[in-house]
Amino acid sequence: MSQEALVQVRGVNKHYGALHVLKNINLEVGKGEVIILLGPSGSGKSTLCRTINRLETIDNGEILIDGKVLPAEGKELAKLRADVGMVFQSFNLFAHKTILDNVTLGPRKVRGLSKSEAEAEAMQLLKKVGVDSQANKMPAQLSGGQQQRVAIARALAMKPKVMLFDEPTSALDPEMVNEVLETMVSLAREGMTMIVVTHEMGFARRAADRIVFLADGEIIEQSSPDEFFSNPKSERARDFLGKILNH
Amino acid sequence: MSFSEQLSTLFAKYNVIDAFWTNVQLTFWAAIGAFVLGSILALMRISPVPSLRAAGTAYVHLVRNTPLTILMTLAILGVWTQFQLSLSSNFETNFFLYAIIVLAIYHAAFVCEAIRSGVNTVPTGQAEAARAIGLGFMPTARYVIFPQALRGSITPLGNTLIALAKNTTVATVASVAEASGMMKSMIEFNSDLVFMIFFVFAMGFVVIVVPIGLLTTWASRKLAVKR
Repeated sequence: MSQEALVQVRGVNKHYGALHVLKNINLEVGKGEVIILLGPSGSGKSTLCRTINRLETIDNGEILIDGKVLPAEGKELAKLRADVGMVFQSFNLFAHKTILDNVTLGPRKVRGLSKSEAEAEAMQLLKKVGVDSQANKMPAQLSGGQQQRVAIARALAMKPKVMLFDEPTSALDPEMVNEVLETMVSLAREGMTMIVVTHEMGFARRAADRIVFLADGEIIEQSSPDEFFSNPKSERARDFLGKILNH
Repeated sequence: MSFSEQLSTLFAKYNVIDAFWTNVQLTFWAAIGAFVLGSILALMRISPVPSLRAAGTAYVHLVRNTPLTILMTLAILGVWTQFQLSLSSNFETNFFLYAIIVLAIYHAAFVCEAIRSGVNTVPTGQAEAARAIGLGFMPTARYVIFPQALRGSITPLGNTLIALAKNTTVATVASVAEASGMMKSMIEFNSDLVFMIFFVFAMGFVVIVVPIGLLTTWASRKLAVKR
């Protein structure tokens, strides 16, 4: 990795009661890198993804974004969160706002853009993800795939340094998975730093710079997609790949 | 006496409309006060600051579980009589203001809980998405949670408003000349018409309350957030 990594996770631990969900996690993500978190359910990959903008708290260790330690609460945290885009499994578009207002809310209220500036930028982003014709509709009027692309545009509107994707296609009907993955692939090609939790192996192969494999809250192995899929080093990874690839 | 004769006797002798108008005014001003105070309490109860949450919870439990009549008596006999705290030099206005304040303080506890029940109808993901784009607690509450929560709490807020409208009769304890006070003097001086008297006041409150119910039902359908 060149110079200082953009996202640094150092010695992070987290418990849910007695359950140790993250065990001494160390992870560095360089600028422009696309990291795919893989692992069986309950392995802690979603939790890890959510700790990076502190939607989940951590017990100890530290997380740095662009050299700054993620603060615990308050204004500083909000400021840092604005630099970290997040796309959720269930889209989470603001249900009472139009598509356009969903995308402009952050730029206007956090970045302080004027309505017209924010709307002009939002329309460009919506065009980029292919839903500009839906700008004045409400989220419930859009298909799942369209909603998720709006969610990506909403995150991009903040001009984030890194984007987190927490199983972005898991709640989609199969025919809509590709349109979202295509958007993500083009984002990766543009050089966006991305941390993606997904079960889409085809996408992982195609877009990832590095696969990070977790099981039981630990990082078991990290390698390039070619190496990971053709020659996994650990027994756990071989077992996992055996279960998902042979059907 | 026939039905219409009884009715005209009462209406000729007493200004029934004026008395009910007092209840309507009490309802209106107390509702505004209760809504503002209740919203602040609801914000406190969902805030990340433990001491604010505790204060909000204490308020709700204390006020909600005290009978309104006792609060009204406390305000008049305690605050006004003992501390001589006068809100207006006009005797009637003073009591009227006292009644509004007590009604607002009391119903704010219910408004708070109604809004909180509305907040519970908003999925957690909405707040997470708002925080993820860098909005702090107050902007998240203001732009994302409350607009959706209010739509979800229209029905319980309507119920609180209906209770408030009927509870304005407790203002009689504070010597406010309103409908139930008038009813008492009617019963005293026209006890032969007691059934008609009850009928008139029951109908009066039906006329005030039914539109509130219809309006909130309509509004909760109209404004529902589609998911």
